[in-house]
Amino acid sequence: MQLNTKHFGVVEVNEKDIIDFPEGIPGFEYIKRFVILGKNEDGNPFHWLQGVDDPDIALVIIDPRTFKPDYVVDVPDEEVEILDIKDTEKVLVFSVVVVPEDLSKMTANLSAPILINIENSRGKQVIMDNEDYPIKYYFMEELRKVGGN
Amino acid sequence: MLALTRKKGQSIIIGENVEVTIVDIQGDQVKIGIDAPKNILIHRKEIFEEIQRENKKAAEVRVMSLKELWGKG
Repeated sequence: MQLNTKHFGVVEVNEKDIIDFPEGIPGFEYIKRFVILGKNEDGNPFHWLQGVDDPDIALVIIDPRTFKPDYVVDVPDEEVEILDIKDTEKVLVFSVVVVPEDLSKMTANLSAPILINIENSRGKQVIMDNEDYPIKYYFMEELRKVGGN
Repeated sequence: MLALTRKKGQSIIIGENVEVTIVDIQGDQVKIGIDAPKNILIHRKEIFEEIQRENKKAAEVRVMSLKELWGKG
């Protein structure tokens, strides 16, 4: 299907790449379907989470383990029941990135990771109660260290 | 909104299976215990609102290439 996006013009989206977010995400509860764009760009850890139901909405996301290898998602089973996870290896983990004018001050939301079960293409943003994982985590220095920049 | 006055150790029941207990009161802080079925998710309101705000902020990103973000543009 074709998606007329604000950021990227018309993009061709394969129906099977659409991820269902039955609850939307906080702030955008009405967007029930997203796609990930820019997944195949040579090792670039940044991707776009593009709204399908609202093509004007696109968020930058990054797997937090790129710069924080020991990052773990720990939430009650009930919180992720909707994802019907059988194999945790099949779950993608992303942090939502806020991109200010000064790119060195980008922050990732470690407190509320987006989980995507690739086995059933279902996603949800979960909220963790962990003081070590702030909502605004400055990661650029760490990303540079692992050779991302 | 229903407002009830409770003392330390007292509780209220919501529906059939949610119980909210006033565990402790210290000055202007109240410690609340919640007994609820596991399928009822409980978040501190300000944290949920903070995540909403953060997502909205993230959506204000200007159009740019992912290469630019990565510094390899």
